[in-house]
Amino acid sequence: MNIIVCMKWIPDTSEADLTVAAGAKDIKKDDLDHDINDWDRFAVEEAVQIKEKVGGKVTVVCVAPEDSEETLRECLARGADEAFQVWSDEMEGGDGYCTASILAKFIKNRDFDLVLTGTLAEDDGAGQVGGMLAAMLDIPSSTLVSKIEIHDKKASFLRELEGGLYESVETDIPCLISVATGLNEPRFVSIRAVRKVASIDIPNMGIEELGMDAGQVGQAGARLVMEEVSLPPEGEGAEIIAGKPEESAARLAEILKEKGALG
Amino acid sequence: MDILKPADTPLLGIPAPVIALCVLVLAAIFFSYVMYKRIDLMRKAAPDPRFSNIPARVWRALLYGFGQWRQPRYLGAGILHILLFAGFMILSLRSLTLIGRGFSSTFHLPFLTGPIGFAYESLKDYTVLVVLIVCVIAILRRAIFHPSRYQHPGVPGHEYEAYVILGLVAALMVTDMVHDGSLFKLESVPGAYHWFPAAAFASLFMPSHDSSVLNALHVGGYWAHILVFFGLLNYLPISKHFHVITAIPNVYFSNLNRGAIKPVRYGVEDWMTLDQCGVSDLTSFTWKHILDFYSCADCGRCTDNCPANAVGRTLSPKMISVKARDYAYENYPIFGKAHSGGSENKKLVGDIITESEIWACTTCGACEAECPIFIEYIDKIVDMRRYLIDRGEIPQSLQKPLQQIKKKGNAYGAMKSKRAAWAKGLEDAEVRILSEGESCDLLFFVDSCGSFDPRIQEISKSFAKIMSRNNLDFAILGQDENDSGNEVRRLGEEGLFEQVSAKNIEAFKSRNFNEIVSFDPHALNAIRNDYPETFPVIHSSQLISRLLNRKTMSLNRDWVGDRVVTYHDPCYLGRHNGVYDEPRDVLKSIPGIKYKEMERSFSRSFCCSGGGLLLWYENEDEKERMGEVRVRMAAEVGAQVIVTACPFCLINLEDAIKTTGNEGKIEVIDLIELVDRSMS
Ligand code: SF4
Ligand code: SF4
Repeated sequence: MNIIVCMKWIPDTSEADLTVAAGAKDIKKDDLDHDINDWDRFAVEEAVQIKEKVGGKVTVVCVAPEDSEETLRECLARGADEAFQVWSDEMEGGDGYCTASILAKFIKNRDFDLVLTGTLAEDDGAGQVGGMLAAMLDIPSSTLVSKIEIHDKKASFLRELEGGLYESVETDIPCLISVATGLNEPRFVSIRAVRKVASIDIPNMGIEELGMDAGQVGQAGARLVMEEVSLPPEGEGAEIIAGKPEESAARLAEILKEKGALG
Repeated sequence: MDILKPADTPLLGIPAPVIALCVLVLAAIFFSYVMYKRIDLMRKAAPDPRFSNIPARVWRALLYGFGQWRQPRYLGAGILHILLFAGFMILSLRSLTLIGRGFSSTFHLPFLTGPIGFAYESLKDYTVLVVLIVCVIAILRRAIFHPSRYQHPGVPGHEYEAYVILGLVAALMVTDMVHDGSLFKLESVPGAYHWFPAAAFASLFMPSHDSSVLNALHVGGYWAHILVFFGLLNYLPISKHFHVITAIPNVYFSNLNRGAIKPVRYGVEDWMTLDQCGVSDLTSFTWKHILDFYSCADCGRCTDNCPANAVGRTLSPKMISVKARDYAYENYPIFGKAHSGGSENKKLVGDIITESEIWACTTCGACEAECPIFIEYIDKIVDMRRYLIDRGEIPQSLQKPLQQIKKKGNAYGAMKSKRAAWAKGLEDAEVRILSEGESCDLLFFVDSCGSFDPRIQEISKSFAKIMSRNNLDFAILGQDENDSGNEVRRLGEEGLFEQVSAKNIEAFKSRNFNEIVSFDPHALNAIRNDYPETFPVIHSSQLISRLLNRKTMSLNRDWVGDRVVTYHDPCYLGRHNGVYDEPRDVLKSIPGIKYKEMERSFSRSFCCSGGGLLLWYENEDEKERMGEVRVRMAAEVGAQVIVTACPFCLINLEDAIKTTGNEGKIEVIDLIELVDRSMS
């Protein structure tokens, strides 16, 4: 079973004061730490667990500049067998379609049974790449998958729906599965685990190696045009409800009713 | 009347010395063989350099081994044990003498002759009586009161062992009394019962003038005694009562590095290149840790004091020893081949000692402070965690904070550049950021909590204010400070500990200062005990106490008022670093303060559930929070103010005040904040 996992490398904005970069097309990222998209962390773990069960090879690929190498190495430490970092300067400013095209090019020439991605990325939350990539590869796909089982030439999986419903689905492989968070318990990556895979080469591929031209990637290839990134207008501030617990609870209930949060 | 001596009385026609020799040789061979088997496992285990600092070790063995110094921490049981132990010491000479008397009826130890010999005989007789009484009390105590600390939840079949041992010891006394009681009767020296009460007492039950019966009792008592003696000796290494033999060596070889965690493996240059990191099975423990398992007396004092156990977590330190010893006896048996992989593929770490036990420990050290024979748990637990971490197995709740420390040097996930943000624009303090090459007197190590947790920033500010008011020349590292790594190391992520500590060490070495000061005992502990290089470091309470002694500062009662104040000893300040007095001195310098000690204080303090990364740890088994138990203990002594000297205690206890409905009744405050509010 050869599994390819597509990993996104995203800025960690959790504790940062976000500012909009000049030109208003993006946030300022220079000071931000980057890490694996949390959804993809589950995808990598799932791939490794499937490999541990049925054998095979796990390949992780990430479309991102050089600095993503550290994060790719952590994927190796998690148990992936090889990792590729795909980037050329021309790729800057692309959209989900560009990313899907690049990944499709990367995957097409390889021997694979399963492609795993996270359903969403934490940064832009667009959720586009998985579906488009499957279409480009002409394989079936599904999203928000919370359990995967592989047998013979089939993959069966569970999808978690609203209201606690489960949908159980089966498809032929090769296929593309976009996972939900929580489908496994991703292992911890210790410093020593990373050290152990320090000597594995992480090849870099650009548009030439993929056989693409500059017009297909980055801003030139994008079909969505980023107009402007802006911070939300400052709110009017919070209301602090003072008083005894009973009184403040009553006041809180009142406000919630007023705003329609309570029936 | 004629008196038959055992050595002169052939049994079934065989001369007594021949029998004595056979018994001695057989018993010695079996005993040596069993001991060889037990030591063999220790030889297969990991190295542990416990041979240095002999004077300190001898002192420990004298004070805590022979002196039984920790026994009276449990007064009743402690006194019984001291009596038994003293009895054993005294009677060991008697046993040697009796063994010799199997060969020659006049045998005596070289120095036990004449009046000294007589005095010893008399002392021995009193001792026999005392030991017998102690055995009876101990048996009744177990049978009637069933003290919970003697139980073995989940591992049945151990309770009887105590009865077997106590029974054998009692039998040893009774046979001695039969042997000597019959002689007493045969000799019938008037008034001698003053000197030989045990013999006299036993003689009361013997027929008065039938010398053949008395002689039979005398000789029979002797051989029964010898058989019980060797039986007991050989039973010890195959039972929990191995401690009778191993306890004193165990104390001698006990850990002298208080507060520190052992390296991954002693004697290895680069542990990162080892095949396995941490402990998964018996032989990856160190030999001393195996000796610990052998030595545990199942007394349950450790578990009785374990806060994790008290709130319902699955951890019981005693059961770690009991289960590991059972596993050792099973897999390294006396007869037959050792199966090092474990029986039925049950792994020691994971199956026998479960992950939930391993992660439940707060490393508070209460177990180790209590154990009469210095059995260690923290190093073992950390070693098992190292193994789990190496396999990527760690509770999900702890993964994120560890990753944050790796990326940003703090578990809060805050940006490095904001590490000194708390210190900007303070009204009554100026906080200098010490650049490389610069000097100051005191380097204030703020650590992550003091830098990023809004509640703890208040302590940082108070401390800066106090130091400014006292015109101390202090500074902080700012961005160049990293998490101290205390909990990183204790959670078993040694690589990350090395990373953060190396960064801090580099920052220390590129600046000049006289002392490091921190209000966080966890940081203090890591820098003092774990860092591979030595830096002078003190706790803020020690600095304040110094200022008070110099009379450059004094405290008033304005903030405390009439309220009853108690002090909660933080584990990493008290037990791990021995700082008990200074915080109390500071409190007691407040004129007229109403101070009350909680029942569990000093080395028996009750952990509030741990600091550093443990703030993120979620345990599913616990029925209540340790902080809540602690707040109730404070309420019991009528405290209205709980003073602590650790930021994590503060967070845990403040939460617990709310969840126990004590808001408005009890207030928690850090010592530094209290000083800030009470400075005159
Ligand atoms: S260190 Fe504390 S929590 Fe851990 S086993 Fe010992 S007493 Fe229990
Ligand atoms: S470890 Fe020490 S305190 Fe705990 S049961 Fe064993 S002997 Fe007693």
